[in-house]
Amino acid sequence: MINDSNDNRRYTISLIMVAVCLIYIIRLFSIQIVDKSYLEQSQNNAYLRKVIYPSRGLLTDRNGRLIVFNKSAYDIMIVPREARGFDTLAFANTLGITKADFIKRMGIIKRKSGYSPYVPQLFMSQLSDEEYGPVSEKLYKFNGIYVQKRTLREYNYHNAALALGSIGEVSKKQIEADDFYQQGDYAGQNGIELTYEKVLRGEKGEEILLRDSRGRVKGKYEDGKYDKKPVPGKDIELSLDIELQKYGEELMNGKIGSIAAIEPSTGEILALVSSPTYDPSMLVGRKRSANFAALSKDPLKPLFDRPMMAQYPPGSTFKTAQALVLQQEGIITPNTAYGCQHGFHAGALSVGCHGHESPLNLKHSIQHSCNAYYCCGFRSMIDNRKYKNVSEAIDVWKNHMVSLGFGYKLGADVPNEKRGYIPNSSVYNKVYGENRWKGLTIISLSIGQGEVLATPLQIANLGATIANRGYFYTPHLVKKIFGGEIDSSFITRHNSTIDPKYYEIVVEGMELVMISGTGYYSRIDSIAVCGKTGTAENPHGKDHSIFMAFAPKDDPKIAISVVVENSGFGATWAAPIATLMIEKYLKGEIPKRRKHIEQRLLDANLIKE
Amino acid sequence: MDRRNENILNNIDIWTIGLYIALVIFGWVSIYGASYNFDDSDFWDFSQRFGKQLVWIGCSVVIAAVLLMLDVKIYTTLAYVIYGFFIILLIVTLLVAPDTRGSHSWLVMGPISLQPAEFAKTATCLCLAKYMSSYGFTMKNIRQMVVMCLIIFVPMLIIVAQNETGSALAYLALFLVLYRQGMTGIVLLLGVCAAVFFVVSIRFGATPIVDSIPGETLGMFAIMIMAVVIALSMVYFYYKDKTLVKTISILGVSLFAVGIIVYNYLDVKIKFSYLAYIVVGSLILYLLSQAIRQRKWGYFLISIFVAGSIGFGQVSDYAFNKILQPHQQTRIKVTLGMENDLKKSGYNVNQSMIAIGSGRLTGKGFLQGTQTKLKYVPEQDTDFIFCTVGEEHGFIGTTAVVVGFLALMLRLISLAERQRSLFSRIYGYCVASIIFFHVAINIGMVIGLTPVIGIPLPFFSYGGSSLWSFTILLFIFLRLDASRKEYMME
Repeated sequence: MINDSNDNRRYTISLIMVAVCLIYIIRLFSIQIVDKSYLEQSQNNAYLRKVIYPSRGLLTDRNGRLIVFNKSAYDIMIVPREARGFDTLAFANTLGITKADFIKRMGIIKRKSGYSPYVPQLFMSQLSDEEYGPVSEKLYKFNGIYVQKRTLREYNYHNAALALGSIGEVSKKQIEADDFYQQGDYAGQNGIELTYEKVLRGEKGEEILLRDSRGRVKGKYEDGKYDKKPVPGKDIELSLDIELQKYGEELMNGKIGSIAAIEPSTGEILALVSSPTYDPSMLVGRKRSANFAALSKDPLKPLFDRPMMAQYPPGSTFKTAQALVLQQEGIITPNTAYGCQHGFHAGALSVGCHGHESPLNLKHSIQHSCNAYYCCGFRSMIDNRKYKNVSEAIDVWKNHMVSLGFGYKLGADVPNEKRGYIPNSSVYNKVYGENRWKGLTIISLSIGQGEVLATPLQIANLGATIANRGYFYTPHLVKKIFGGEIDSSFITRHNSTIDPKYYEIVVEGMELVMISGTGYYSRIDSIAVCGKTGTAENPHGKDHSIFMAFAPKDDPKIAISVVVENSGFGATWAAPIATLMIEKYLKGEIPKRRKHIEQRLLDANLIKE
Repeated sequence: MDRRNENILNNIDIWTIGLYIALVIFGWVSIYGASYNFDDSDFWDFSQRFGKQLVWIGCSVVIAAVLLMLDVKIYTTLAYVIYGFFIILLIVTLLVAPDTRGSHSWLVMGPISLQPAEFAKTATCLCLAKYMSSYGFTMKNIRQMVVMCLIIFVPMLIIVAQNETGSALAYLALFLVLYRQGMTGIVLLLGVCAAVFFVVSIRFGATPIVDSIPGETLGMFAIMIMAVVIALSMVYFYYKDKTLVKTISILGVSLFAVGIIVYNYLDVKIKFSYLAYIVVGSLILYLLSQAIRQRKWGYFLISIFVAGSIGFGQVSDYAFNKILQPHQQTRIKVTLGMENDLKKSGYNVNQSMIAIGSGRLTGKGFLQGTQTKLKYVPEQDTDFIFCTVGEEHGFIGTTAVVVGFLALMLRLISLAERQRSLFSRIYGYCVASIIFFHVAINIGMVIGLTPVIGIPLPFFSYGGSSLWSFTILLFIFLRLDASRKEYMME
């Protein structure tokens, strides 16, 4: 009506408005009519998918004794949005808490990250059957309260805590790594429970419930047509002999150290003692976190899995491996003899030895654990002209040692296994310069001291390899998975690079150790035990006592290593513990003659208070 | 007096009143659906939001009636006074208002809280209309232009200081009015270009053009292409210079055709951004040569636009990464869908789209929406009220609302155009533009097309301030329109 030159701009403006509205209608058409996924997502919101937890697989020992089983526990869940208008005081009384407790708990829940008032929140966890029983009848009165049934672990034996491991609430990392888990789920956190988590956990079931627009559950969706039954976890038969395990833990009571026992013909671990230990049931249920904190703070480190993780210089037990390598390389024969003048002396360097006749041949060098013998043998190997240089010599040596199970993880089915340490040429070339070193420089390796480190499991595995005369199977804790198969790596034979013919003389030497050598005191009359004592030098205190053995000499049934920290010579503590274990395993009981030894060990407390 | 009142009732625009009533009723139904509670579903429960909204609606009717009865002259006479009053009120609010979720925009007086920012829009519209319709006003006078811009920007800045950025942005809608009154369209174009270029440079600032070639971003590349296309359109539109358009188009198309062939078949890793720079460079040179040869400033300005766009793209990328605080970056990234912050604003949009999308064609039915009933959508009776419409009434419902608003806006424009007084026409455009901005941003937000800016949907969203302010805004114009013939007599 008013004349101006911009009249046509009313159309431009109208056009902009029409265009925007048209774009919006197209968009609405696409999300409301074309795309069907939104309806599904809203149904996911409206359908209450209730998880039904499967029962976890049971654990038995090699003789079928039940070790770990399940018990029910009940989590009390609250949906804050629905939990209105109920008698808070009555609810608190029902659960046996005060009203102040209730308010405090709700406060904590509301501050949690990811809190939503429409989603069930954990109000109280893991009520036992006894606690839940009286409560269950009254809970229906309270709106917005749900019960989530869970399974917890229960133990028939209070042993093998670290080997068995425990289950605990999944961490954020576990949830991210595996779709299976949701917040609040339980999963294995260490030991067998962790390694075999996927076998033990089974498959979750699901119940689809219908919620009306008021959030109330209106029964099952399509009469449960789409519900899924949970699949229970698979049971596992462990290779452990739980009675032997228990006995080992009793013997190690009051001592720091470990026992690893293996069945040589299969690699099955018979006992895996870490001392000091704790009762596995301490880490179950509501007291788990408090107990866990206490155990982590304990200066004796009961949570440190010593047989798998502790790394010691193997000491004289390593001489058996040296004897094998030196023979294989043609440096010595069973008849080679070296003199020993109370030790090995080369210029200013001296490695002491105890008094014994001289010279000794190979067999007797093992019997008397002669240091000089292995210093001479090792030196003549490293400095030998048949190798291009010392680097090649040490690398040949290293490869033999690796084939005997040293220097790398064995691959056992217990998490956190350590690899030990076998040095190679580059280590020494770096320290001393390219080939500017010789046998004497690294002479302490010959007697298992110096840079070399091994875990108790690796030492036991050496025992098993010698018992087998040349091969081993990867040590493992699981004998059978019901409805499943054990890992093929556990049934693969690992041959050492040492010809089997070189083993027999070492076996004879080890037998002599028990008949009239360093292990005489711990001999067993009725069983031909082959053993080797060792002492690991400990710069921080008294030396560690080590013993490696297998028995019987022919058709061996058990190979074992025992480490008792800060206790001195191998013969004093480690050897009697090992032979008692062997006797217990092979005979079932300890004869009268050796009862006093058993008693002495059971009573001994070597841990300084 | 009697005659005049009768006159007003006869002259009032029935269509607008009808649309207003329809939208308010549909809005109340949606609020009822959104805040409906299973336990207490009493219609008249004034402790519930749908109950309160009934009170606000009742008040609105009274306000509307009063506005229609007032003498029409007071708006022109008091426009500056009203504007001044609201500027002072906004400043006072900023100083005395309590902290409400970070915003200082609510005046609390006993049981009633009001948001002056909502009402200040009406005051600004009145003031702007008065100033722009005053004798001797012309868009060519720089001093007057500055005053005009100040009228818009002063309340806007105070509201930004109150931390109500969403409400403040609504003032930008008034530039549509300026456009209608003769402001060059270039301003609108540049504004839109700046917004789009900023978004594109951030959104695709880290996306490579071709996956296998690092070091060049899709963002910058897209900005260059858009700048060239816009520049060519301007050249064609203003100068009908077909030779230039053809030359540059052929150059660009053939360059990229060769580039793609070389890349795909000869497996040479060429940088596509270099090709774009060649096109941009030759366009600028061509434009400059035309400017000199034909002595036309326009060519020069277009070449400035092209160069400026490239520079703007670079600067905004830099500004975003170096000047903005990390939490501000996150907020923008979430808005642009670059980060899935499903707990906060990302969650809201996701849930609101689920609500709308699950409505399908006809919706789940009144009070049957599970998304909204189970409270998955937050703020579902205020900023996200459109979700309830989508879920319970489906595509039919949402389209009805969008068409309803469009009809209202077009009707307002046609009313504005029939005014005989410039004041009334400008004010009418102000009303239409502000409603348009609110509708576009609010609905765009819940369907995931525009950033999450918390502004209400006119007549729909719960809240007295919002409903009253839009009622006042609209009915002042209806009153002006009803008296359009009196003006002629004067």
